[in-house]
Amino acid sequence: MIRVLAFAGARDAIGTAELDLALDGPTTARALLARLCAAHPRLAPYASSIRLAVNGTYAAWDDPVADGDEVAIIPPVAGG
Amino acid sequence: MSVEPRPAVLADLRTEPLSVDEVVSAVAHPGAGGTSVFIGTVRDEADGRAVTLLEYEAYPTMARAEMRKIAEEIAGELPDVRLAVTHRVGSLRVGDLAIVCAASAPHRGEAFRACRLLIDRIKERVPIWKREHGPDGPYWVGWQDARCSSHEGHHHEHDAEAHVHGK
Repeated sequence: MIRVLAFAGARDAIGTAELDLALDGPTTARALLARLCAAHPRLAPYASSIRLAVNGTYAAWDDPVADGDEVAIIPPVAGG
Repeated sequence: MSVEPRPAVLADLRTEPLSVDEVVSAVAHPGAGGTSVFIGTVRDEADGRAVTLLEYEAYPTMARAEMRKIAEEIAGELPDVRLAVTHRVGSLRVGDLAIVCAASAPHRGEAFRACRLLIDRIKERVPIWKREHGPDGPYWVGWQDARCSSHEGHHHEHDAEAHVHGK
């Protein structure tokens, strides 16, 4: 099981701030985003602008995601 | 370059109004001959839309860590600078301070440069978002532009150091 956090526009698109997701086995950030977009079609148009963070650090798309990880969906940031 | 104390003497999120003095004090030391400060303020319009209220949201643990990382990077690039930043979250009105950055250095050149790098990298990388409220209703800044259908072939210029899009 992984915990997925969604912020700002991504939270609105998937309709929740947090969800738990069961993994069949180890996956990658890229595959996880594809799965999230497939499950939440309102997120899909934004896929190319979204970054994922795994356990609080930006992930490269080939980075692994495994049970117990906290994955955050990071829309384009707008601080400052 | 000095290793101690840690260069990011202050990197934090705040729900209360920001204090410029607090951030400036955090970078003060006897070797600092120049201190540069950047203050980001909520303004009354954005891209032609009237703004009455801005709601800032953060991924708090990562936002703090990323601000600290950025300050440490810059301190590694510009020896003898000290950096500090506080960012406000929650509901802000026009004129409220959203961010205060400060950098001190022996001389003004490095202080200006470090402060500029600090705010620029924070805007690129730190997971903080803002929702504008105005006559047109709530609007997550940057989100509509992020739709691929409205920006074909558009890639955000997140810096290479964020090393994410795997180019």
